[in-house]
Amino acid sequence: MAEFLQLVFSGLTVGAVYALVALGFTLIYNASDVINFAQGDFVMIGGMGTVFLAAAGIALPLAALIAIVGAVIVGLLLHKLAIEPARGASPVALIMITIGASIFIKGIAQLVFDKQFHSLPAFSGDTPIAVGGATILPQSLWVMGVALALFVALYLFLEKTLLGKALLATAANRLAARLVGINVTIILALAFGVSAAIGAIAGVVVTPITLTRYDVGTLFALKGFAAAMVGGMGNPLGAVVGGLLIGLLEAFGAGYISSTYKDAVAFVVILLVLFFLPRGLFGGRSVERV
Amino acid sequence: MLTVECLSSAYGRISVLHEVSLEVKTGEIVALVGSNGAGKTTLLRTLSGVQPVSGGRILFEGRPVERLEPHARVALGISQSPEGRQVFGPLSVEDNLRLGAFRRRAADKDTLAQIYDMFPVLAEKRRISAMSLSGGQQQMLAIGRALMAAPKLLLLDEPSLGLAPLLIDQILGAVVKLKAEGITVLLVEQNASAALAIADRGYVLETGHIVLEGRGQALLDDPKVRAAYLGM
Ligand SMILES: Nc1ncnc2c1ncn2[C@@H]1O[C@H](COP(=O)(O)OP(=O)(O)O)[C@@H](O)[C@H]1O
Ligand SMILES: [Mg+2]
Repeated sequence: MAEFLQLVFSGLTVGAVYALVALGFTLIYNASDVINFAQGDFVMIGGMGTVFLAAAGIALPLAALIAIVGAVIVGLLLHKLAIEPARGASPVALIMITIGASIFIKGIAQLVFDKQFHSLPAFSGDTPIAVGGATILPQSLWVMGVALALFVALYLFLEKTLLGKALLATAANRLAARLVGINVTIILALAFGVSAAIGAIAGVVVTPITLTRYDVGTLFALKGFAAAMVGGMGNPLGAVVGGLLIGLLEAFGAGYISSTYKDAVAFVVILLVLFFLPRGLFGGRSVERV
Repeated sequence: MLTVECLSSAYGRISVLHEVSLEVKTGEIVALVGSNGAGKTTLLRTLSGVQPVSGGRILFEGRPVERLEPHARVALGISQSPEGRQVFGPLSVEDNLRLGAFRRRAADKDTLAQIYDMFPVLAEKRRISAMSLSGGQQQMLAIGRALMAAPKLLLLDEPSLGLAPLLIDQILGAVVKLKAEGITVLLVEQNASAALAIADRGYVLETGHIVLEGRGQALLDDPKVRAAYLGM
């Protein structure tokens, strides 16, 4: 029982990060029909940026803030330089563009940072907290708390503000959005900026647990994508549930079978979803097009 | 209010509008009629800025607007209810309306109340998603959304398309009321008799050319129009 609970804790912790990456996928997909495979690289920029700025003597909160702003700038540039010029291209072409951008970002990250693994000190120490026979790290609580806060903030933004509604409207009907006077280019940039911020924040809080390197974005993108697919691409609640589910499956796979296959879980889930549930658990929007 | 001079537009290499000129004066209802594929929708799209022009000018209150982005034209007072309604399906009726006022930021309560007054069924269904409305209700919503921008010039593309006669009367009745409230209307219709009956003036568009213009009633009585568009 204690072991089971332990696996649940670690599953929910990484799952929360996958959920945030999946939310990034969801937001960009909703606004622009683009599946942005550079989403995981925002996680890396958040983590690596904070590590290197902190190493340069900047206080951790400020370092994290600068890294997050940096990721947002990268997200905006990605939209401006790669996605916007390809307006009207097919979904597959746009996916290729984001994969290319992801490779490019990793290349730059290798130059700007290095090829080593890095970590950050846990925000509230490393003393495990005992819960029901198992233990949980304070940093795990940080991860889950931040994920929850971001999810609530995103929900409030989309459901309670006119700008958020404009984003949903752009997703629902781009022509009508333009006709009511929504500047669609700005809305798309907003989606990329917010997604980058969410990814980078996830990167900051998870780095003390999982370590980071210039290329960790690939696996985060893969798992976040799997999570978004499980939940139904385009469905924010589905993204969260999908992320937690993948995290839990991974933890159980590692705990009860073998940690060697941990990363295979996401692959298997993607294949199963594509075969049996192409619209995901919660029914996303027309992934068939892709 | 609106002067279109020698406007041309094309989809790729296929030219659809050929040097179209027309005028809409302040306070008028002007009907633009013509058969399917004549280019009516394309013309309205160029007026809103969602379709590029390949030549000519669009003057709105004396200012050239043909190079302005769609949102800038909405801000100037040109608003459109597009063909096929194009409501924001997953969003609620009220959200659809509030987004109509996106350019004005403050979704002002008075305009909303006026629209609910004009189309009470929308008030009843304010919390329901737009895609679950009937065709006629979606049409009212599309018009209401366009009105939320508090336009000076309202562009209506086929508001009667696919509606039962009773609903057509209700919608066109609403258009006449809008005119009484000082809104200028450019009304595109395949249903030429209904449109010309409420219009001050009308234009007939044929394969991208304006072929006839005149007072609404005069066009209705014109033998050529009667033969070609009214099936008489
Ligand atoms: N998106 C498009 N791409 C290519 N051709 C189009 C497109 N939309 C309309 N057309 C063509 O332009 C012409 C005018 O169409 P349209 O403006 O919709 O006419 P109307 O509204 O009078 O029925 C038609 O021949 C139509 O086939
Ligand atoms: Mg048409």
